[in-house]
Amino acid sequence: MAGRQAVKAYLDLMSQPCRAVLIFLKNNKIPHTVEHIAIRKGQQKTPEFTKLNPMQKVPVLEDNGFVLTESDAILKYLATTYNVPDHWYPKLPEKRARVDEYTAWHHANTRLHAATVFWLEGLLPLMTGQPTNTAKLEKALSDLDGTLDKLENMFLKRQAFLCGDDISLADLLAVCEIMQPLGSGRDVLKNRPNLLSWRSRVQSSLSDSFDEAHAIVYRLREKFTAKL
Amino acid sequence: MSCALVSVQSSTGCGVAVIYTPCRSVYIFTKKNNIQFDHKKITLFDGYQYGEEYGKINLLRKLPAIKDGDFCLAESIAIMMYLAEKFHTPDHWYPADLQKRARVNEYLSWQHTAIRTHGSRILWFKLLIPKAMGVEVPKEKLDNAVESFDGSLKLFEEKFLQGKPFIVGDQISLADLVAIVEIMQPVGAGMDVFENRPKLKAWKDRVREEIGAELFDEAHQTILSLQEEVKTMDPKKMEPLRSKILKYFLS
Repeated sequence: MAGRQAVKAYLDLMSQPCRAVLIFLKNNKIPHTVEHIAIRKGQQKTPEFTKLNPMQKVPVLEDNGFVLTESDAILKYLATTYNVPDHWYPKLPEKRARVDEYTAWHHANTRLHAATVFWLEGLLPLMTGQPTNTAKLEKALSDLDGTLDKLENMFLKRQAFLCGDDISLADLLAVCEIMQPLGSGRDVLKNRPNLLSWRSRVQSSLSDSFDEAHAIVYRLREKFTAKL
Repeated sequence: MSCALVSVQSSTGCGVAVIYTPCRSVYIFTKKNNIQFDHKKITLFDGYQYGEEYGKINLLRKLPAIKDGDFCLAESIAIMMYLAEKFHTPDHWYPADLQKRARVNEYLSWQHTAIRTHGSRILWFKLLIPKAMGVEVPKEKLDNAVESFDGSLKLFEEKFLQGKPFIVGDQISLADLVAIVEIMQPVGAGMDVFENRPKLKAWKDRVREEIGAELFDEAHQTILSLQEEVKTMDPKKMEPLRSKILKYFLS
């Protein structure tokens, strides 16, 4: 896109949706710069960042003056604005609808439940020094289990990816959430061979950009398992 | 294109229960845009949605769902985006302009765990759980839900609406439609959401006018008469919901 400046992404790679945005930008070679916002240092609460995003959340995308929040809106915007392969967010209405169906469902299911497990097991004990609330964790794991059942039986089924034969925005968003509990040493797909195969396929499709974005999660896992 | 229209007219099944917000938005959208559908009106307390026949249409066991020929789809937002495309509804609902569309997507994404969650909780805590379980919900829980909802409304006004007539600009879109049905939910529990919120009320009046007062009022009839209906309802009808209530709200 001649004469167009690179987009700017405000990201904290501890955040699952931020990783999805970064992976998409890198994988599709979309010209971009990254400004790192460290949530743990409260950098999302500065006056400058609050002016950019009153919600004080990441990710934020800035495209030549156009500021956009919410990872699925950002990903769909990038997929339709830039010349990326169709499989990410297909133009055919029936195929696009499958991706829209997943991204809507994602918020109160994959994202909510995987993030809660990591919060209870990883972040909260780290922040408060208190041991994990086992009752709450058990419930969170049970909720996540239900979600993973649906992910496998209602979305993935016998397909290679969540919305069909090819990787899409759905797989990208889902995989980043599922990787999060790894930071506290838990692989939530451990006993699920179908989903494990799916994750391998997603990782292969994304190659370097996946591991680069998840380096922070791998580092956290090392710290966590070293403590035990 | 005429073939696709005929098949949709005869076989699109839309499971609708307009007490339930995602169904209400789809109902309004399809009626407003004259999209023909076979409309099955069921209630949450029917157990119908867990039946075999419905299960085939919608494995997610959720409402709403549509069937267009062999194509089945759940999630109200995905449904409306699909119908907007297939039926070439007026551009303002889901603009072709990528930045305007992104603004619609931005709101629709945010609202899942904001207004939708908190508005729904108020309805359950204030009205439905006391009826189903026979006990009042602890005041603290209700106060927290109200506080969270108020916080969401504040963000709605400051970040999404700002000084504009509608969320994306001068015209109504899917964002406003989804927003209004969720914001109306606590009204069903007797909460005066629009009191002391003149900007919000003005937006609501605009949305109601754009949708058409008759259609808006018809779609909201069930929620607005819910308090009365719940008063006279046999609590036994709500028994199937008890385990769900315990799991989602009271654990």
